[in-house]
Amino acid sequence: MALVELNHVTKRYGALTVLDDVSLSVQKGEIIAVIGRSGSGKSTMLRCINGLERIQGGDITVDGVRVNDPATNLRNLRQQVGIVFQSFNLFPHLSVAGNITLAPRVVKGKDPGMAREVALDVLRRVGLEDKIDAFPDELSGGQQQRVAIARSLAMDPQVMLFDEVTSALDPELTGEVIKVLEAMANKGMTMILVTHEIGFARRFGSRVVFMHQGRIWEEGAAAATLASPRTPELETFLNAVLH
Amino acid sequence: MIRSFGMIDIFYLLAAARWTIMLTVVAFLGASLVGITIAVFRVVPFWPLRWFAVGYIQVVQGTPLLVWLFGLYFGLSILGFPVNPWFAAAVAFSAYGGAFLGEIWRGALVSIAKTQWEAGASLGLSFFEQLRYVIVPQSVRVAIPPTVGFLVQLIKNTSLAATIGLVELTREGQLTSAATFRPFVVYLTVAALYFLMCFPLTQWSRSLERKLHGAR
Repeated sequence: MALVELNHVTKRYGALTVLDDVSLSVQKGEIIAVIGRSGSGKSTMLRCINGLERIQGGDITVDGVRVNDPATNLRNLRQQVGIVFQSFNLFPHLSVAGNITLAPRVVKGKDPGMAREVALDVLRRVGLEDKIDAFPDELSGGQQQRVAIARSLAMDPQVMLFDEVTSALDPELTGEVIKVLEAMANKGMTMILVTHEIGFARRFGSRVVFMHQGRIWEEGAAAATLASPRTPELETFLNAVLH
Repeated sequence: MIRSFGMIDIFYLLAAARWTIMLTVVAFLGASLVGITIAVFRVVPFWPLRWFAVGYIQVVQGTPLLVWLFGLYFGLSILGFPVNPWFAAAVAFSAYGGAFLGEIWRGALVSIAKTQWEAGASLGLSFFEQLRYVIVPQSVRVAIPPTVGFLVQLIKNTSLAATIGLVELTREGQLTSAATFRPFVVYLTVAALYFLMCFPLTQWSRSLERKLHGAR
């Protein structure tokens, strides 16, 4: 059974249809690169998967649990689904340790000592264990984003969503975040990434999903789809981002 | 018999100033309780509570504090429920101050970016956990200067309690003035005492504002 499943999902903001009959099925261990112009619905799709946005039609399930069911406990769901945002969204009043241990302590009820062990472990995975007592404003953008990734990992999610996580970073800092993503990919994490990093999508994506006007316009195996697009829209898009 | 304004009168005024401080403390505590409730109601994702809070703020801010004091003190006793003036003052000041503090604190809560709520929600925190661990700690910095500003207003407004028979600083000034027939000197002294209570607070508020601004 698919880990994440979207069935004919429709999402509207008033009269504007942002997601139009979107269906997608993600198996465990897959890495899905979602590409497309801004406004094509990529980020909205991610935000629907962890219930940050309501949908008006269709069904979303994660690990067999319906996200869009009022009876679903979003608190439980969100422990299964980590999300990392473009603008990091670290808690500025808390240290790195505070950011990472907050949810394990409050949501999972871990004692402070155990939670700090978890924090050290996930910080090691993003290469920042020496920053455990720093505050977000003392870190570079790349480091902040790595802490945000570590904060999500600390909840031990089954699937990770990445919403243009390198778009706010300059190329040098992008590299260090991509490295962390690659390490996670190699460990078999299920990942759905909205990204402009076509190179990363080609090398690590198991599948590419191209969104256009709120629909999944084209999807397929990453390397093949990016090498020979079937629709003129994807071809135009790739030409625009690659040149 | 008219006597002169002397040291003894200053002692009486100082003694009455203690009641002004007591009234302020009681009023501020009561107003804080109401204010926290109203501020949280204003941001809760449940519209009946939000509407209630909006209505409460509108009604209270649209009516004079004096009317609340009279209504509670004289109105209730005419209806056959004689109330203690302290009780009437405490309730009136809490209701009145709560609306203002509620609005101040709501402003502080909504000044925190929506993405901070989302980050908390995405980690599985409930609404109240997001509020407690993520939003409130950040909004305290924003809330302190206007809260101190409100406190200064409150100190001066406690003089209205004189109208229902509480002998605080202003009322004691009236009595002293009547006994000495030296209104100018007496009220100058009264004003000086209010100033001595308010000035340190406004200074403190200013330094806080400077500090918080610098930290941005």
